[in-house]
Amino acid sequence: MNDWLTTILIFLPVAGALACFVLPLGEYAVASFAVLVSLVEIGFWIDSLTRFDFSRGLQFEQRGSWFDDLNVSYHVGLYGFSLWLVGLTVVVMAAAIAYAFLAGRERPRAYYGLMLMLTGAVVGVFSAQDLLLFYVMFEAMLIPLYVLLGVWGGAGRLGATFKFVAYTMAGSLLMLVSIIVLGLSQNTFDLVDAGTSSSDWIFLGFVAAFAVKAPLFPFHGWLPDAYREASPEVSAVLSGVVSKAAAYGFLRIAIAKFPGPTHDFRTPILVLAAVGLVYGSLLAFRAPDVRGVIAYSSLAQMGLITLGLFAANDLGFDGAVLQMVNHGLVSATLFLLAGAIERRTATGEFLLLGGMARGRPALATLLMTTGVIALAVPGSSAFAGEFLVLAGVFQQHWIYAVVGAVAIVLAAMYVLRLISGVLHEDVGSAVSDAARDLVPAELAIVVPLVAALLALSVWPSAISNHAFPRDRATPAVTQNFREAAP
Amino acid sequence: MSIETPTVDWLTLSPELSLLGAGAVCLMLAVLVPATWRRPLGAFFALTGFITAGVFAGIVYDRSPNGTLEIGNAITRDRLGALGAIIICGSGLLAVFVSYAHRMRNDYVAEYYALLATAGAGMCFLLQAHNLMTLFLGLEWFSISLYVICAIDMELEESLEAGLKYLIIGSFGSAALLFGSALVYGATGQLEFSRIAANADSHDALLLAGLAMMLVGLGYKASAAPFHQWTPDVYQGAPTPVTAFMSAATKATALIFILRVLRVAFPQEAHLWTIVVAVLACASLAVGNLAALVQRNVKRMLAYSSISHAGFMLIPIAANNALGARALLYYLVPYCAMSVGAFAVVAARERELRQPVTLDNLAGMGWERPFLGVAMWIFMLGFAGFPLTGGFVGKFYAFSAAYDRGWIWLMLIGIAATLVSLYYYLGVVRAMYFRSPLELQLLPAGGSPPRDVLLQIGVALALVVTVGSFFAVQPLIDLARHAATGLAF
Repeated sequence: MNDWLTTILIFLPVAGALACFVLPLGEYAVASFAVLVSLVEIGFWIDSLTRFDFSRGLQFEQRGSWFDDLNVSYHVGLYGFSLWLVGLTVVVMAAAIAYAFLAGRERPRAYYGLMLMLTGAVVGVFSAQDLLLFYVMFEAMLIPLYVLLGVWGGAGRLGATFKFVAYTMAGSLLMLVSIIVLGLSQNTFDLVDAGTSSSDWIFLGFVAAFAVKAPLFPFHGWLPDAYREASPEVSAVLSGVVSKAAAYGFLRIAIAKFPGPTHDFRTPILVLAAVGLVYGSLLAFRAPDVRGVIAYSSLAQMGLITLGLFAANDLGFDGAVLQMVNHGLVSATLFLLAGAIERRTATGEFLLLGGMARGRPALATLLMTTGVIALAVPGSSAFAGEFLVLAGVFQQHWIYAVVGAVAIVLAAMYVLRLISGVLHEDVGSAVSDAARDLVPAELAIVVPLVAALLALSVWPSAISNHAFPRDRATPAVTQNFREAAP
Repeated sequence: MSIETPTVDWLTLSPELSLLGAGAVCLMLAVLVPATWRRPLGAFFALTGFITAGVFAGIVYDRSPNGTLEIGNAITRDRLGALGAIIICGSGLLAVFVSYAHRMRNDYVAEYYALLATAGAGMCFLLQAHNLMTLFLGLEWFSISLYVICAIDMELEESLEAGLKYLIIGSFGSAALLFGSALVYGATGQLEFSRIAANADSHDALLLAGLAMMLVGLGYKASAAPFHQWTPDVYQGAPTPVTAFMSAATKATALIFILRVLRVAFPQEAHLWTIVVAVLACASLAVGNLAALVQRNVKRMLAYSSISHAGFMLIPIAANNALGARALLYYLVPYCAMSVGAFAVVAARERELRQPVTLDNLAGMGWERPFLGVAMWIFMLGFAGFPLTGGFVGKFYAFSAAYDRGWIWLMLIGIAATLVSLYYYLGVVRAMYFRSPLELQLLPAGGSPPRDVLLQIGVALALVVTVGSFFAVQPLIDLARHAATGLAF
């Protein structure tokens, strides 16, 4: 059973997707089916969580031959940090699918099928232990996202889709070059078997793909359009889950397999991450609409996570993984709440919003709670994550920690502006009395996400102490991390 | 003086003979059976011919682990030719499915199937050629069949134009090839490929000029730039099922044969022709991809896409290594399936709308015809080299071969071309799915689509091969590896 868990986690949603495409179900039937599949997926994840031994490295490993000719195999398995990211994926995807059910989407069979396919692909990215399989899953994420954005997006979706694909594929194809060169020169594509490499060019190929997908400043050109034009739940998935695939790629491939280049390129990458952190925060503060704030804050947060990763020490890694899960949950919740607000007022512009707290206690409480966690109030899980990241990056150079601390202040500014712009101030022209508070169905979707955040706030070390084995020398992946540390 | 008659190994020729037999039966049908029976019987016999030929090719593959020369050393019996014949027969089979419901008058429908089978036979023959005479014979054999079949729709001006253009430009290509062969013969005094290799002097200008002209002639057949000018017009004008067959089978034939002739007859000149082939590949990638960006007519766009794919598949030939041979032979399998499949979907749309298919009138097709829409989507993803299709593994192998040769620049050009190609391949997906009916303001197509079960079966088969080749990489690579053993890397 343990061998098959990872494979089940990847292919259960894919099978569900095929069923959605093929079975002639009605709108409610197919939506309920998709929600059911995503809940069963969460069940399998909880099962794997209980079976996982956090003192060891790669687990639930399965290896099958794909083509021996070039030593490419179907090799999947989970590390501690992958397990948490898979958990983030299945939870956010379930919330997104449930939200879509609530909001109602045209052409439901295609829609829910694609959402489930996306779930499988993202889980695949987090569990692939073969370079080519990783690439396949990484690209497989793009196919459903392309259609989800292009068909169900807003009015400007065509331009947004084009930018999204052009940016992402430019990065991905450079990664393909790197994969070919790395795999053929090592004579294996297996991530566990492959040794480290000291080639700067191969490293930069991987970094290009992940920097675009994350995105890192200055590769974020696709981000504002995509996050604004996608439907809210797809934005939630994009910023909550898909961006983490890039951070995971940094951790699992760029840093683990390239200790030398990581060391050489640490300063430029840390500088870009720090710039992105401040720049994103400033843009978030200036954004005229709810989704703009969340989108740019996502850019900032990815910068922070990258800071933690490229600090390349235990504190940084622990903090980055914790922060990945935090940010995933926070931004998914915020996007879903933004969707709820847009459904009621038909706009996300701060000019037209305001005063929604009065008479809508549930919305106000949830947005306030999430916002307070997002701005890293001491005691929140985001505070724990950011603290670890900053403490880690401090060991590289104090200046990064200073920039990071400044960014936390900026985060408070943009989150408070978001909260006051929506909930407080004068009642906006788009807010009518008919705009109700969150309905129970919406609560059922958002409350679990917020509850997860609160739980993490109480016990952040659930992740930060369980992302990597305490004895870091055990698995191959962290062996390389140790070498990467100065 | 008595002429020694060579013994004939009939098994070697069995794929050609089955296809010729099918062609002969179809021709008989054209005069012997009532008009209404010609279409189903013609299709049936052509189908049987392709299946039988494919089975025979499989037997030849199985029984010829070591290549031998047959019939006065004019013909090679080996796994390369057999694998090529299987690919051609597969494309022919799909083409018959696509052809069946094509609007064709009863007075030439039987001849159509006869020519289709004959062209297939000529291609199989060319792939087995082992001397300059059989080379030219095979080339003309299938080319003449194709010239006629392109122009078979006599009422359609474009079809006639396509036939004429293909005839003139194709003849030019054949002439170049023939002249090149003559020069090679003049330089070496040999017709047989292996003896040409043995007697070649790589500093002989006559030989090199001959080699260059042969490459030009074969470049025409593979529609590699700069010998591609006929491709868009012919692909656009010819009846769509014919285009489907040509884009798959002709290209497969030409590319496999280029690999064989260069490896067997000109191994000493490899330092020259690898560069030439690499340049042809880059030119094809550039021309095909850039020109495809601005096409609105889908057939024409696919024609440019086929030029760019000639470029992708010339990369492994230029790599001139064992990995490259495997890459080419593997890539051709999903490529042929995607190519026939994509043109089949175009044919279906054409029949439905009764006008040429453009990106504009493709709009909404994905939702109206879910099966064909998804199929087209997957074919386009395959052409663009996305995972979950064999197109991805094909590109991966082709680039790996270039890297293995040490030509990272060639790999990077291929990658850049792939990036550009996304625009027009995804453009089709965008046209089919992304525009809402409200924006389109089209008149509803109305009614049910023409019933076309055979075409749907053909598309389904193409789909199975396209996706299946992604998962079944190892078996296909094993087939390719065994087929390439005779090339002595």
